[in-house]
Amino acid sequence: MTTRYARTPKPSGSTFEVLSWFYMRASGALLALMVVFHLIWMHYVIGLTNIDFDVIAGRWTGPGGIFWRSYDLTLLILASLHGMNGIRFVTDDYIHNRGWRAVVKALIALVLLLMVVFGGLVIFTFNG
Amino acid sequence: MSANPKKGFVSSTLSYKGGIGHWSWILHRLGGLGIAFFLILHILDIFMVGVSRAAFEELLFIYHEPLLRPVIWALVFGVFYHALNGLRIIIQDFWPHMFRYQKQLATTVWVIVIVLTVFLVGVDIAGMLA
Repeated sequence: MTTRYARTPKPSGSTFEVLSWFYMRASGALLALMVVFHLIWMHYVIGLTNIDFDVIAGRWTGPGGIFWRSYDLTLLILASLHGMNGIRFVTDDYIHNRGWRAVVKALIALVLLLMVVFGGLVIFTFNG
Repeated sequence: MSANPKKGFVSSTLSYKGGIGHWSWILHRLGGLGIAFFLILHILDIFMVGVSRAAFEELLFIYHEPLLRPVIWALVFGVFYHALNGLRIIIQDFWPHMFRYQKQLATTVWVIVIVLTVFLVGVDIAGMLA
């Protein structure tokens, strides 16, 4: 017996939700590659026990500085948005009270802002 | 929404018989939450690099402490699973005929995740013994 499958249900609702659905997949594909590379680099190429101030500082200020700062900034923005948007999905599923959902969503937005500001600040201003 | 609104969401989530797709959904969600919380911590610890050498070194135990290694390994597994299972979701969403091969894709995800996780855990253990 072969089961026939219809098309994937199209995300319905607002343009924002459609964009958000698409963003999770586009950023997810990029993050999958970039984060797996990041993990293999930190654990295998550098080694966890060798991670120290000089390793991180040297990477940002050395000859590959522009590359590593761009890499880290891309990861920071893609991952923060992807993660906080994911938490937003979870609150939509489990918090049914409109008021509480608004409070939690405002908190998520604030945390997202802080993540990008704190992370961006160190990537842009670090000078050794 | 819970599968059965009369039961609590934990018991209805666990008893819903959606097969491998359902279990992947639970693991994808739990892993995603765990990774998101670690990401917040990770941004803070790297922010300390900009504060001072001493401030960053205070937090280096996260990556150096052998007792925390199992937590790091759980995180590594969680990241690999979320990444690979996410790619499976993308494949099935953009190429709907691939839903026919959901079980095969899910098995492939597990094989790649186990290989990657065993490799990195092995690398970490070798580093601890060296």
